[in-house]
Amino acid sequence: MIELTFTEVIIALAYLAAGILFIVGLKGLTSPRTARKGNRMAAVGMLVAIVATIVFLVAVEELSSTTAWAIIAAGIVVGGAIGAFLALRVQMVDMPQLVAAFNGFGGGASALVASAVVVGTDALLPTEIGVTTALSLAIGAVTLTGSMIAYAKLQGLIGGKPVAIPGGPATNAVIAGLMLIVAVFAVVTNSPAAYWGATALALVLGVTAVLPIGGADMPVVISLLNSFSGLAAAMAGFTIENQALIIGGALVGAAGMILTLDMSVAMNRSIANILFSGFGGTVASDEEIGTKPVKRATAEDAAIALSYAQNVMVVPGYGLAVAQAQHAVKELATALEKRGVNVEYAIHPVAGRMPGHMNVLLAEADVPYDKLLDLDQSNPKFGHTDVVLVIGANDVINPVAHTDENSPIYGMPVLDVEDAATVIVVKRSLSPGFAGIDNPLFYQDGTMMFFSDAKKALEDTVKAVNEL
Amino acid sequence: MSQEFIQGVVVFVLASFVGFEIIRRVPPTLHTPLMSGANAISGITIVGAIIAAATGSGIAAGVLGFLAVVFAMINVIGGFLVTDRMLEMFKKVPGKSR
Repeated sequence: MIELTFTEVIIALAYLAAGILFIVGLKGLTSPRTARKGNRMAAVGMLVAIVATIVFLVAVEELSSTTAWAIIAAGIVVGGAIGAFLALRVQMVDMPQLVAAFNGFGGGASALVASAVVVGTDALLPTEIGVTTALSLAIGAVTLTGSMIAYAKLQGLIGGKPVAIPGGPATNAVIAGLMLIVAVFAVVTNSPAAYWGATALALVLGVTAVLPIGGADMPVVISLLNSFSGLAAAMAGFTIENQALIIGGALVGAAGMILTLDMSVAMNRSIANILFSGFGGTVASDEEIGTKPVKRATAEDAAIALSYAQNVMVVPGYGLAVAQAQHAVKELATALEKRGVNVEYAIHPVAGRMPGHMNVLLAEADVPYDKLLDLDQSNPKFGHTDVVLVIGANDVINPVAHTDENSPIYGMPVLDVEDAATVIVVKRSLSPGFAGIDNPLFYQDGTMMFFSDAKKALEDTVKAVNEL
Repeated sequence: MSQEFIQGVVVFVLASFVGFEIIRRVPPTLHTPLMSGANAISGITIVGAIIAAATGSGIAAGVLGFLAVVFAMINVIGGFLVTDRMLEMFKKVPGKSR
């Protein structure tokens, strides 16, 4: 039994306190009432861990050189300033790309910590430490470049459409396989060059793995990268034998993994399918879509239907987020509520550009969160809903998910808007959604198609409601 | 295999379970703030970055340590701040709230 020194006991207890604050903080994030406090508790946990680490390093005389102090202080100031600038400046609609970028920085930091171990030790790392070092480097590096590509796609720097890489998924498999071989070689031979080789391959893999993934799949990608940033931190924790990193990293790894699974269920696809293949839906021909008759609606038609309804359910989709129409929809809801109409919102899990994004956008527009219903809450309500207003959504309201076994979205949980008396669909055109399949809902008797940009449609409808 | 390592494995597995159990109950409404908040927590790697910067010797280790601290700090400060900004906007129906 090795006796710990007093300082070692203190630092262990400080990390325990930080871990508890993280857990209590995450628990707080499970309810809108306690979420803000929870986030702050987690932040306090982080502060405790940082201060304890610095105090410990000083106490054991590991942190004494001016250079080391200068590096740490400069890093904290520079990183903190960049982080604060990005966080305070971001528009809510751009939240997905910011979270993607932060994931990347987190993963990159963990890979750098592991790099410092590789650079700093000449001695042979024990096998298990070699393994966690390689994992931290690889996962961290994939997270870094994968997040940067996700950021570029979401920010519109490169097209959101899937970009085919030469060789397709096989190329990724080859890179991943090579990376694994080089990493094993690194662990066995303790060769820094091999560690760097594996890291370089991981950096490439992050790019080639995310490039072929389409914009609409980004909710899953961001969740997965979030999980990876946690795992990379936990692996770095094993390498430097630090419990705080292991606890924090494991919590985030688990949280991200749950969200990833949630998202892939909501999109009716396995994670492997999202990551390793372009979407293989049967695309309806334009001809077929163009010829069927639909009932068209104008802003006046929509205004009349909505104003004389008792219960209205708004179904916001990707199109609303893109058009930044969250304030316009709130304006319409306010106008309708003045007339005694009850307005609620049914939000599909993958409605925005990341999990829960739509809720944030609507919260930004001052929509109270208890009006935002999830899939399970809203589906039983459509039967008693007079008018459903669908804004820029398609696949998530497609009834073939229930009826057509051959459809690529068969079995996907969808909002059953066809149960409502009237459905008004605001959409730019009849073009099929992301899955590339036609939507029979559009041709049903109770459905009116309002062809317009989401924001303009809502603004025109508000005007029409006020003129009634 | 060192005692520290196997203790680490125990902690890792237990913490993962706690993470799974807590997050399973997060309502979809909070998924985005949850993710950015969790993201900030993954910035715990700042602790490793500080240790690396303090204990590393030589220019390469110094540069790696500095970059690690910068990256992790962006993650920590940015993540917690932006989560707070988002959560500030979540409000109940007026009158229904107490």
